[in-house]
Amino acid sequence: MSAKLSASDEILIGRIAQGDRLAMQLLFARHQVRVYRFVLRLVGNPAVAEDLISEVFLDVWRQADRFEGRSAVSTWLLAIARFKALSSMRRKPDEELDEEAADTIEDSSDDPEVAVQKKDKGAALKKCLQALSPEHREVIDLVYYHEKSVEEVAEIIGIPEATVKTRMFYARRKLSELLKAAGIDRGWP
Amino acid sequence: MNEMKRRLSADDIEALLPWYAAGTLGAWEAGQVEAALAANAELGRRLDLVREEMTEAIVLNEALGVPSARMAENLFSAIDRERRTARDPAARSGVAGWFADLFTPRVLAFAAGAAVLLIAVEAGVIARLALQEHVPQGGGYVIQSIPTDAHTTRRPDPGAFVRVSFSPQASMADVTSFLNARGATIVEGPTAGLYRVRIGRNYVAKEELDRLVGEFQSDGDIVASVTPD
Repeated sequence: MSAKLSASDEILIGRIAQGDRLAMQLLFARHQVRVYRFVLRLVGNPAVAEDLISEVFLDVWRQADRFEGRSAVSTWLLAIARFKALSSMRRKPDEELDEEAADTIEDSSDDPEVAVQKKDKGAALKKCLQALSPEHREVIDLVYYHEKSVEEVAEIIGIPEATVKTRMFYARRKLSELLKAAGIDRGWP
Repeated sequence: MNEMKRRLSADDIEALLPWYAAGTLGAWEAGQVEAALAANAELGRRLDLVREEMTEAIVLNEALGVPSARMAENLFSAIDRERRTARDPAARSGVAGWFADLFTPRVLAFAAGAAVLLIAVEAGVIARLALQEHVPQGGGYVIQSIPTDAHTTRRPDPGAFVRVSFSPQASMADVTSFLNARGATIVEGPTAGLYRVRIGRNYVAKEELDRLVGEFQSDGDIVASVTPD
């Protein structure tokens, strides 16, 4: 996310605080997909994820005047979304990481062994990423897909920056172990 | 500053590779990683591993699809409901809600701003009246208020006027900007929530007045209601 876009987001938030519906539409259009994917990964159910995203942006509409600008708007959105997703999962334990739904989302490639047989290293890597724990997958997604800095990941997850680095390192190490078990030795760690 | 003085260890550098690959490191840390990469071929190979992971993580996330149009519809329906409720006190639940609306910070700020405008207008009128004392009788003057009864000796106001209620969502700056853009000024109010606004200095034909009213009505974010005066 460029600095220019971040600044523009802050302007939109200011206009939303004044009740500007168009600014809300712009902010929503800009961020809805990424925030949806982040929440979907957490709750594993598209319908639940959509309801939660609606709540996230409705909160933004109601509370835009509370945005202090200490972090990027996208980071603020992900932090709200994560809080809502975890609260939802606590309210409805039966929906907690619905494995069946998660499998539906993720089961788009062969097992790692099959993928290796096909000499498709990318597919094996995808399968192993999906096999990571939710905690490890979350930090991987925030760094690689959502392009969040160490400080931003710390803010979103609510852990110290040093823990973010450690968690990322262990997530990657686990990924290498899974790949090795699937027959791909990356020579690291 | 302490961070600037120390060099990162090899382990620190390696831990930062994912953020270096994503381009989310600060300049100083990125410089440290680049220096280490230049001196260590093995670190370069590990950076390639990070890039492979990143590529597949992005592909996986992109494969999650996009939310349905239902999500946007639900959200903006809820927002529009809130806007209507904020605008229309009757839509709120009972008298308590109506009073609560009266004392929201935004409404109070607007009322204070309107009071300042009125004081300024009145000051102008007083100053003008004072000047009029030196004008020969028959020169006449115009007062910016409504005649109090049918027997008034004052001349009717020149110009065109409307009665306007502003949206509670509209800020003082919004209203001022809106009025300035149309050469309009608040001359009285609020009375029962309505302000008397001059929208033209001279008499305007009914068709033109209707057009101006329509123009006011078209901006629902600022104007809640408008009627010819």
